[in-house]
Amino acid sequence: MSAFENIYTQVQVWPGKPEDGVLAARIEREKGATFNYWLGVIGNAQIGPIYLGTLGILSLISGFIAFEIIGLNMWASVNWSPIQFARQLPWLALEPPKPECGLCIIAPLNEGGWWQMAGFFLTASVLLWWWRMYRRARELGLGTHTAWAFASAIWLYLVLGFIRPLLMGHWSEAVPFGIFPHLDWTAAFSIRYGNLFYNPFHMLSIAFLYGSAVLFAMHGATILAVGRYGGEREVEQMMDRGTAAERAALFWRWTMGFNATMESIHRWAWWFAVLVPFTGGIGILLTGTVVDNWYLWGVQHGIAPAYPHLWPPVIDPAASGAAQ
Amino acid sequence: MKLAAAFLGVVITTMLTIAMLFTAGWVRPPILGQQNGFRGLGMDQLITPAAQRRLELANALPDAIPIAAPEGPKATEVYKNVQVLTDLTVVQFNTLMAAITTWVAPQQGCAYCHNTDNLADDSVYAKKVARRMIQMTRHVNTDWKAHVQATGVVCWTCHRGNPVPQYVWYNNVRWPQAGGFATTNYGLGHPSLANDSSSLTQDPYSPLADKDAVIRVQAIKALPVSRNGAPILDTEATYSLMIAMSQGLGVNCTFCHNTREFGQWTESTPQRVTAWHGIQMARDLNGAYLAPLKDVLPADRLGPHGDAPKLNCATCHQGANKPLLGVSLAKDYPELGGSQAK
Repeated sequence: MSAFENIYTQVQVWPGKPEDGVLAARIEREKGATFNYWLGVIGNAQIGPIYLGTLGILSLISGFIAFEIIGLNMWASVNWSPIQFARQLPWLALEPPKPECGLCIIAPLNEGGWWQMAGFFLTASVLLWWWRMYRRARELGLGTHTAWAFASAIWLYLVLGFIRPLLMGHWSEAVPFGIFPHLDWTAAFSIRYGNLFYNPFHMLSIAFLYGSAVLFAMHGATILAVGRYGGEREVEQMMDRGTAAERAALFWRWTMGFNATMESIHRWAWWFAVLVPFTGGIGILLTGTVVDNWYLWGVQHGIAPAYPHLWPPVIDPAASGAAQ
Repeated sequence: MKLAAAFLGVVITTMLTIAMLFTAGWVRPPILGQQNGFRGLGMDQLITPAAQRRLELANALPDAIPIAAPEGPKATEVYKNVQVLTDLTVVQFNTLMAAITTWVAPQQGCAYCHNTDNLADDSVYAKKVARRMIQMTRHVNTDWKAHVQATGVVCWTCHRGNPVPQYVWYNNVRWPQAGGFATTNYGLGHPSLANDSSSLTQDPYSPLADKDAVIRVQAIKALPVSRNGAPILDTEATYSLMIAMSQGLGVNCTFCHNTREFGQWTESTPQRVTAWHGIQMARDLNGAYLAPLKDVLPADRLGPHGDAPKLNCATCHQGANKPLLGVSLAKDYPELGGSQAK
C-alpha cells in the first residue's frame, strides 16, 4: 500500500506503452516516447512525444546563434583562454553600443555590433517560441493563458532591451549580456535614476512577486494537505465539490475568514505572476523617459520621508563655483 | 533505488557544506557595528576585532626620529645643489634626509637616491623623483588642508618603507583581449581587485587623473530636463570608482552617503565633503606631480602604457578611513609643510 508523500511523488503512473494523448492522429510524426523513473519522482514518468515544428526549429536556431555570438565574444574577451573563460565566466560580458552611437543601425562590431546581432536573434528566438506556444495551445484546443503569461515576461525583456532604449535614443541604455554584468547594470541603473525603490511600479512589481511566492506556497500547501481526500484532482473538485475542497475552503475561512475557490485560486496565481513583469516593465519604461530621479519624485509626492540629520548641514562643495 | 538517491543526496549536501565552509569568505563574529547616521537607515560601519587588529598592525608607526632644532647655518650654505629645501638649516636638512631613508628606502639606504661619491649629483633618477615628491608633500600639507586638515602627510604615509608605495595605479590595466572585431566591452566584464571583483569598469581610477571626468551621474531634478543625461556607462564607471574608494578607506558606502539617494548632499555625511576634496587633491597631484614623472622614471617603473605610477585613495589610506589611524607624523615635520603641534 502506497502512502502519500509530501516531498516527492510516490505513486508513478506507468502504463504498458506511452500515451500518445489526444489528437494522436494529428501528431503522428512525433511518435516516440519513453519512461524515466527519476522524472517520475518529480513529475510524469513519460518523456515525449515532443513537438518541435517549424517555429520550434527556427526558435532554437535563432537562440543558438545568439548564444554563440554571446559566448564567442565572451571567450574572445579573455583572449581565447579556455581556463580564463571558465574562471571568469560569471563576469564576462557582451556590452551594448557606446552612448555616442545613439540609435545607430549598425554599430561597429567590436563596440556593440555583436550585441545588436545577439539581441536581434535572441528576440527572434523568444518571439518564435511565444508563437509556437500559442499555436501548440490552439492545436490542443486549449486556452492561450500560458502564451499570454509568457508575453508578460517578453514585455519586460523588450522594454529593457528595445523599447526603452528607443525612447531614450540610445542603445547604450540597454542591458548587457552576462551574468554579473546584467546584475551590476541593474544596480547602476537604479543609482543613475535616483533609486528604483521609489518607483511605484517597481513597488507593485515587488508586491506581485512576493505575493506570487505566497500564493504559490499557500496553494501548493493546501492541495498537498487535502491530497489524502483526493484534493489533487482539482478539476473534479471544481465541478463536483468533494470533502477535499470543503475542508480546504473551511481551513482558510477558519484561519483568515475568506477562501479562494478551487478555480479562482488559479486566476489569483496567474494574475499575480503576470503582473510581476507587466508592472515592472511599466516602471522601467517610465525611468529616464518620464522620471529622471525617483527619489526626488518620491519627495515631491510625499512618499520619501525626511530623517533628522545628526550633523550640521552638508553643502555641495562644488556649489561654490569650484570645478567638480 | 530510492535509498541510493537518498544516500547520494546526503553525500552531495555534505560535500557542498564542506566546500562552502572552506571557500566562502566567512567573517568570524563578533562583528562590531558603529552607527553613523539616523537610526533605521543602515548607516553603519562594520568591522571585526581581527580586522581591527590587522588594521592596527598595518598602520604601525616607523621608528621615531629625534626632532631637529631649527638652528645653525642654512643647508644651502653648506651643501651644493639644494633646490627645494632651501629654507632648512643643516641640522633640519640632515634629519629630514635620515627620516626619508627610514620612510622610503630603509634597506637601500642613501644610495637609493644619491651617488655616494657626490651627494649633490643628480644622476640617480630616484633623487629627482624624491625632490618632486618633497615638493608634493609640502603642497599637500599647505594647500590641501581641506582634505588632510591639520593631520597632514609625510613620506611614510604612502611609502611605509617601500621605495614605491604599495598602492599605486597605471592607466588601462585591463585583461588582455583577442581584439580585432570581437567586443571590447569598454573595460567592463572582468573581475577586478580594484573594485571588489565586480564586473564594472576594471580600471576605475581614470577620473582621479582627469579633472574633466564626470563623476556625478544622478539627475538633480525629478523629471528629465534634457535628452543628454549621464549614460549608464558613466554610471558604471562612477560606481566602480566609488567601490574602489570604499575599499581604499576600509569603509562602506554609508560612511559618506545615505544610500537611499547617493547624489543628495543634504542626505550625506560631512565625510563626503572631505572625500570630495580628496578626489580634487588626487587629480591635482596626479596631474601636476606624478604623471609628469614618466619622463624621469626608468621604463621598468612605468605602466604597460608607458605612464607613471599614480596615486588613489588607497595610496595614503591603505584601508583606514584616516591614514595611520589618524596619527599625525607631519606635525613634527614643518620641513615638509606640516602644521606644528600646538
